[in-house]
Amino acid sequence: MTSARRVLKALVRNGLAAIPTVLAIVILNFFLLQLAPGDAADVIAGESGAATEESMRQLRARLGLDLPVVAQLQAYLSNLAQGSLGFSPRYNMPVADLILQRLPQTLMLLWMALGFAFVLGVTLGTVMALNAGRWPDRMISVLTLLLYSVPGFWIGLMLIVLFSIKLGWLPSGGAETIASGFTGLDLVLDRLRHMILPALTLSLFFIAVYARLTRAAVMEVAEQDFVRTARAKGLSGFTVGFRHILRNALLPVTTLAGMHIGGVLGGAVVVETVFSWPGLGRLAFEAVLRRDYNVLLGVLLLSSFLVIIANMMVDLLQAWLDPRIEVR
Amino acid sequence: MTVPLLEVHDLTIAFPAAWPVRNLSFSVAGGETVAIVGESGSGKSLTALALMRLLPGAARISSGRIDFVGQDLVTFSEPAMRKVRGARLAMIFQEPMTSLNPVLTIGAQIVDVLRLHENLSRRAARARAIELLDLVRVADPHRRIDDYPHRLSGGMRQRVMIAIAVACGPRLLIADEPTTALDVTIQAQVLDLLDGLRRDLGMGLLLITHDLSVVGQWADRVIVMYAGCKVEEGVPDVILHRPRHPYTEGLLAASPRTAEGSSYRDGLLREIRGSIASALGEQGCPFRPRCPKAAPACTLAPPPAVVVQPGHLAACPVLNPRQARDAVA
Repeated sequence: MTSARRVLKALVRNGLAAIPTVLAIVILNFFLLQLAPGDAADVIAGESGAATEESMRQLRARLGLDLPVVAQLQAYLSNLAQGSLGFSPRYNMPVADLILQRLPQTLMLLWMALGFAFVLGVTLGTVMALNAGRWPDRMISVLTLLLYSVPGFWIGLMLIVLFSIKLGWLPSGGAETIASGFTGLDLVLDRLRHMILPALTLSLFFIAVYARLTRAAVMEVAEQDFVRTARAKGLSGFTVGFRHILRNALLPVTTLAGMHIGGVLGGAVVVETVFSWPGLGRLAFEAVLRRDYNVLLGVLLLSSFLVIIANMMVDLLQAWLDPRIEVR
Repeated sequence: MTVPLLEVHDLTIAFPAAWPVRNLSFSVAGGETVAIVGESGSGKSLTALALMRLLPGAARISSGRIDFVGQDLVTFSEPAMRKVRGARLAMIFQEPMTSLNPVLTIGAQIVDVLRLHENLSRRAARARAIELLDLVRVADPHRRIDDYPHRLSGGMRQRVMIAIAVACGPRLLIADEPTTALDVTIQAQVLDLLDGLRRDLGMGLLLITHDLSVVGQWADRVIVMYAGCKVEEGVPDVILHRPRHPYTEGLLAASPRTAEGSSYRDGLLREIRGSIASALGEQGCPFRPRCPKAAPACTLAPPPAVVVQPGHLAACPVLNPRQARDAVA
């Protein structure tokens, strides 16, 4: 069997195996949300300022909120089985459309943040490992400890203060300059400029995580016998470092990166709110405030899909990086 | 005797607070197999790494010369040394299981060294790598070349290591306990292979081992090391059957008898009392605290190796009381 077919088979099998997981996530989330006080009708009534018992009852009946919880769950699941994520009364559109509208923005942010985290984290970690015990190591250690312990929203605000307000280099929020009329390359650059600060904020914690992990992994691999073999061949320090040490050291880092997708999505809620980024995180945040549970369940479902897909990708990546791991 | 390929003069290796190899001198001629034997901690592996200038972080060569093909390697810069390593001077290691990079095919690891030193094209290097695998008698080299190390047995991996080492036709091959991790039948095959390559490629072979049975069969000359010093040197026949130094005598008494008709049941193996750690800080002969023949003269100074008969050196003040006194005076 060719390796491409084996990979495809593995993907299909893992995908099928994920279905019960996703179902469990949906049901668990559904009940968790029921625990929160109030519902969409309360919020709508509160916003309108005045509502009678009668109009509240009508609203609940229209939204299906007067049904027993289990019946609501049944309705949601049967919708889901037909491929529908339900309807959002707030946005007056199907949840799937709403999510698809926001998804690209969040995915871009996610990839950029993970990219920053991976590249910067691995670079810093390698620098630390190669200078273990000397001042570059100590300085970066302190820096990573800071990034590790300072909350993301605060860093985000400070970055806005520094780069947007004091220096004026980068925009403080949004996804693109409004009514700029940019096209082509200008549009891409404009979007990138808007993405830098939120992506950086989102990635800082993970830069610290990867840096520390890479440091440990590189130091461990550098002690291995095959590194001595590589040196005995007369290879330069650079070749030994990249071809022989780093590739082996990346294995534990990629494992963790896969697990972090979920964490990054969680962080996106905060970061998207701070930077008024029109993505899924902010949609989820608004959905919580408005008790718009169809939207929230949809976002959570999609997030779990993203995490599952990311983990499948990491499995493939690892099998590619390390031939001892077989795709099965 | 031919002009020595490698001449080590008074090599001393220093850690911040210890000297694991002291004033070591020996030579290896082209086409010759020299074995260095000694127990763990005697400094044999450090000596090998020092020759490659690959000493671990804290260790350095504090004095001495390593003349290799007429040039002193101690004076070489790191870039100059990189041109020597893997090309004219190669080394294989004790642990074949971990000495190959697990994420690269064996072919890639052989091609690595060929492209670095021989300036071959990718295709030519691959063709040469297949030849090399054939040379070290890896069956089915065309298929094996794309295998990853974990698909190979220990003996096969050591063959691949040897292929890497001899890829660029080195003048001297250092083999640091090449068979210690392998089982006995594979040991003989690997040593046969090394011996054949030495003959065919006309290279010197420095065999580092703690296995005396290996020495008798494969070495042209034996150097016995104890606590970083050469205590005895000679041809295997003399060292194994008529040793003069008490340490060598002890070492032989502690090895299973392998002669025809003998059995391990013929007598108990004798141990050398104490441990090599007692050599630490010893003023005179490093073996004195464990030596059954120790005499007052032994505390004076590290005994120099002196010729006890042509081609046989031993460093023991009791054997050569007069010379030892002369050396002190």
